[in-house]
Amino acid sequence: MEEIKNIQKIPTFDVMKIRNDFPILGQKIYEKPLVYFDNGATTQKPQVVIDIINKLHSEYNSNVHRGIHFLSDQMTNMYEGARKKIQNYLNAQHDHEIIFTAGVTASINAVAYSFGEAFIKENDEIIVSEMEHHSNIVPWQIMAKRKGAKLRVIPINDNGELLLDEYKKLINSKTKIVAVMHVSNSLGTVNPVKEIVAIAHEKNVPVLIDGAQAIQHESIDVQDIDCDFYAFSGHKVYGPTGIGVLYGKERWLKEMPPYQSGGDMIDQVKFKQTTYADLPFKFEAGTPNYIGAIGLGVAFDYLESIGLENIRNYEKKLLDYGAKKLMEINGLKLYGTAKNKICIFSFLLNNIHSYDVGMALDRMGIAVRTGHHCTQPLWDYFKAEGSVRASLVFYNTTEEIDFLCETLKKLQKMFA
Amino acid sequence: MTIQEIQEEVIGEFKIFDNWIDRYNYLIKLGKNLPSIDLKDKIEDNLIKGCQVKTWFFSIFKDGKVFYNIDSESMIIKGIITLLIKILSGQKPEDIKNVDLYFIDKIGLREHFSPTRANSLFKMVSLIKESANSFFRN
Repeated sequence: MEEIKNIQKIPTFDVMKIRNDFPILGQKIYEKPLVYFDNGATTQKPQVVIDIINKLHSEYNSNVHRGIHFLSDQMTNMYEGARKKIQNYLNAQHDHEIIFTAGVTASINAVAYSFGEAFIKENDEIIVSEMEHHSNIVPWQIMAKRKGAKLRVIPINDNGELLLDEYKKLINSKTKIVAVMHVSNSLGTVNPVKEIVAIAHEKNVPVLIDGAQAIQHESIDVQDIDCDFYAFSGHKVYGPTGIGVLYGKERWLKEMPPYQSGGDMIDQVKFKQTTYADLPFKFEAGTPNYIGAIGLGVAFDYLESIGLENIRNYEKKLLDYGAKKLMEINGLKLYGTAKNKICIFSFLLNNIHSYDVGMALDRMGIAVRTGHHCTQPLWDYFKAEGSVRASLVFYNTTEEIDFLCETLKKLQKMFA
Repeated sequence: MTIQEIQEEVIGEFKIFDNWIDRYNYLIKLGKNLPSIDLKDKIEDNLIKGCQVKTWFFSIFKDGKVFYNIDSESMIIKGIITLLIKILSGQKPEDIKNVDLYFIDKIGLREHFSPTRANSLFKMVSLIKESANSFFRN
């Protein structure tokens, strides 16, 4: 595909040039330039991703794995090519360790159900953390209830960091799996996942990493982290919605039963007994979101063309700049001050409700998220109802941060 | 005054505002002036569920009229609640149960009443109508 090959690596990082790759960023909201600070919820799409989705639908569409005809064969090759690309991006050992799902929630649910069915029994324990997104709590809670198992929780400190000493104490012979997030969606904390995995592996406990907020900021090497499962969504990494990935080590995936069943995941279907297909198809029942998967592959190509190192360096500058500017505002309380964090600013302004701040920012064209961000236990820890969250990525600018700060100061007067 | 007359009065009050800042400033002022409900009434049963902003709601039927007690943690929402109370509290249930709150569009507050905003106002309007309907039938 010409479009995919045409993505050129850029020599230097030029944010204004990069912004031109994202057509939505030129929009006006209430006649004001859009300041998109809700990247934690979803990232915007570069033109190459938008184009490929359109092109695949208009020129290449055909179902995968089942046609003997030209188009189906071509689409199957592209779909499997995307799997290979993601394998390389994550440095997974095998391409069949990459399972396409609907998103990170689907990936975690798949593991909770399937791993739970295979390996969890009464009185076993599952470890999650206090900062988890509800998607990495509730699936485990449901599975624990079904099996009579228990959930144990790694506590956090006031900076929004996991207490690893407490975590070490939680692991015991009953622990069957550890499920933690790589990066906190509410605070931006980057958790020491390699260390978390090493600690669990000492006791032969597998670890699932929820990478929803890490995949767009960090370069991920699943073999280096040595995690047993890694889950993320395509739409948070500049790809299309409705596509996600579950990476799983072959040894686990082979032993785990399918969590959904239907076409494409079988070997032989007989009324007496059905045998399942090999990996990865055992976990991909029904028609997969092949166009989403290929779009996601293009999103990764795009990121690589900019350079992950460039992205990291620039986002670090935004983080330092933003933290400094926001802390200059009297009455602004910043949540999440971990040493290692990505560019997420979670804050409350004086005693103004986060909803009011969010609504007023919206009128100025600034898109943020407000509330508990699907992490209610975390906000229980901070004894707050939630926060205003500005989550930035590499197409955001220091000028946008300035505008946010100026607007916040105006809001203080408005609500005084 | 009838519901319609009060709605017209509210629309008139908002006519002088030609931008969102002035409208919000006015709503915030109204919100601050609306007395909070008693702490004893801020209970789970009175909380409007599924909302980002904690908002409490209950109604009383007295002398053939419905009276609303509503409170919220958000000043903007509280400002809007002030308008709803002004228009509907003390009216007859038969007038409230099928009320057309056209003032919402006229003063540019429709976005706050969208079911996707999860801010309690959409649900509150349903609760207002439901409670009026139940008082009417009883």
